[in-house]
Amino acid sequence: MTLLTLANPAAELLPQPALVIALAGQPNVGKSTIFNDLTGETQYVSNWPGKTSEQKIGFVHSHGSPIQLVDLPGTYSLSANSADERVARDYLIRQQPDVVALIVNATALERNLYLLAELLALPVKIVIGLNMLDSAAQQGITIEPHVLEAALGLPVVPMTASKAQGVTALLDAAIRLAQDPSACEPTRPEIRADHRSVLEQIQHLISDHVPAPYPPSWAALKLLEGDREVTELLQAHLGEQWEPVHAILVQHDDAALAIASGRYEWIGRMLRVAVTQPRAGQLTLTDRIDRAATHPIWGILILLGILGLLFFLTYALGTPLQTWLDVQLVQGGGAWAVAQLSTAPPWLTGLLVHGIIAGVGTVLTLLPILLIFFASLSFLEDVGYMARAAYVMDRFMHLMGLHGKSFLPIFLGFGCNVPAVMGTRMIESPKARLTTILITPLVPCTARLAVIATLAPIFFGKQALWVSWGLIALNLVLLTGLGIGLHEGLMGGEHKAFIMEMPLYQIPRLRTIARSLWLRLVDFMKMAGTIILVVSVALWALSTFPGGSIQTSYLGMIGQKLEPFGRVMGLEWPMLVALLASFVRKENTIPTLAVLYGAGAQGAGLAVVLGSRLTQPAALAFLAVQMLFIPCLATLATIRQETHSWRWTLFSLGLLLVISLTAGVIIYQMGTLLGL
Amino acid sequence: MLIKPHTSAIPGKAASTDVPLSQLPPGTICTVTAISGGNELVSRLACMGFTPGIEVILLQNIGRGLLIARVRETRLALGRGEAEKILVRPINT
Repeated sequence: MTLLTLANPAAELLPQPALVIALAGQPNVGKSTIFNDLTGETQYVSNWPGKTSEQKIGFVHSHGSPIQLVDLPGTYSLSANSADERVARDYLIRQQPDVVALIVNATALERNLYLLAELLALPVKIVIGLNMLDSAAQQGITIEPHVLEAALGLPVVPMTASKAQGVTALLDAAIRLAQDPSACEPTRPEIRADHRSVLEQIQHLISDHVPAPYPPSWAALKLLEGDREVTELLQAHLGEQWEPVHAILVQHDDAALAIASGRYEWIGRMLRVAVTQPRAGQLTLTDRIDRAATHPIWGILILLGILGLLFFLTYALGTPLQTWLDVQLVQGGGAWAVAQLSTAPPWLTGLLVHGIIAGVGTVLTLLPILLIFFASLSFLEDVGYMARAAYVMDRFMHLMGLHGKSFLPIFLGFGCNVPAVMGTRMIESPKARLTTILITPLVPCTARLAVIATLAPIFFGKQALWVSWGLIALNLVLLTGLGIGLHEGLMGGEHKAFIMEMPLYQIPRLRTIARSLWLRLVDFMKMAGTIILVVSVALWALSTFPGGSIQTSYLGMIGQKLEPFGRVMGLEWPMLVALLASFVRKENTIPTLAVLYGAGAQGAGLAVVLGSRLTQPAALAFLAVQMLFIPCLATLATIRQETHSWRWTLFSLGLLLVISLTAGVIIYQMGTLLGL
Repeated sequence: MLIKPHTSAIPGKAASTDVPLSQLPPGTICTVTAISGGNELVSRLACMGFTPGIEVILLQNIGRGLLIARVRETRLALGRGEAEKILVRPINT
């Protein structure tokens, strides 16, 4: 496969599947472990048509024929309460996969089978993956899969996916079921007798009007449950005949809870013989750990400790490795290329050294830091701590209209914005995730802080420290403001009911962590090999041609053309060029300034040539723009990859351009007015 | 009639022993008697395990912010607003 098809899987290039299996399940059931295990690197992620929810598709070969696996979003039910739930049920109803593999968590079977109760109202063939049996055994829960299978009338496959047990058996069971549907003769939940006649009445009234492919019995049930989407759909299709249906629904507006209770009663009957629970009401290890981890004071201290450790690891391990890679890969690779190509035309050497090696190489030096961040994130998520961190931070993130889950990605941004944007994957609500992605570039990353640490003393001498803190504060104030603004804009300020599952703590499973780490790295390398390669080369060309030096290049000309705009911020054209150059990597600001102002080879030269060039307001404006400027290339490419949308990527670019330049203008003009 | 049936949708006006989950101290074991609020909230709470008659253990409640409750072997963090809509009757232990 070429790089192009890896990054952009066009439909016609994908194998024609002999069978389509949809993976369904509630959150925290180990569904993604199973999906990753089965599909590996064949998976690709895009958005569901017209939605911001992610659609993951992968392939697995069984006896020579390709099978398509579709990973449905993890949902607790099939109501229309969230975008994920709508996506999952739309897919099941419209695309009609051959088999649905429902993964359930054996430690919370009762709640997990609620989704089965809902699935059974749809015309689908179901095989159950009874996962996390090892955790269930630890909890003292014993389950007899055969008894459960007999009660449900569905194939039940016992699994411990974290140890790769039962994964192949699940696939085989799904294939067998597709070939021979007789194994799926489920008992179905029934609703209470008084509601049953109501349901029949509604079904009778609507059955001629339900648009295909919605099953009328399902539509009637969802109407009785008060499902908003189905209600609107049928209201539109029934026209005047809606009134009698509406009258019945108003009379039975308490039916939703009765139907839900009925489902749990059915589940209770299904589980009665198959499952033995220890006495309920005992405090488990998870509850005891939670006493500290979710405590209003201890909880925050524990979180701070973990974050401290994470950053210690980054600086003690990641930064030295990054510097080493920079020396080996970018500088060493550059020198090597120059030596090898001594007879080649200068443009070719330039392309290789300043375009490809400088651009892609620089992005690859981020790998150690990304590895540390992703490994830590996967570890914390797998252990079950992530939900606790979200719980503890929820109060603070609420100020931005965001949930606690947005805290960690934003915090990671101080290290590097790239893992921060990738880290938003754990936020379930697509809108909250998008908001978090859009505000993350305002978190000052280490690269930008390094630039400030170099330049602030040159411009401000002893006041440099205060200026630096002020600039960081400005970033955070704007980040909060943008968060509130986007919350109003994207979510209409709505406050969704907050209900978050706190999964059981468990011993981290290295296989799961390694798997997810590997897949993220593959994603990152694909990105470096495609989008970052292309843009790096383009930027090198812009800064080289036609003159051969940056002063005489297109970039230099653009800078000179832009000088009138720069004046509004008190900036000369080389400063604008330096800002543009910082797009490839934020540290580029300093060498670009050095070249353009003709500083000597020693770093001291820059201080001499630069220190006197700018008035204090102009210097402050320059540093502020540098801190707020458009995300670097790697971050922007990651935003594109995570949102699957050029529109939002360009929106982010434009937004930060406007924010940074506006701040620059205001700072310079105010400063000059005040006579600083 | 002085005592209204405890399925009333108005918190605090139900049978005298029914209180919103949000008002109980941590450690309380109680039974859900009713869930008030719109269809969407009822449906979200129901699919996470809250239905009338089920036993709930309140694990964490500091009087503001989120609460943690255990229901059907699942620990759930709940917004205060949501917990106010869950009416429960404490079980004497």
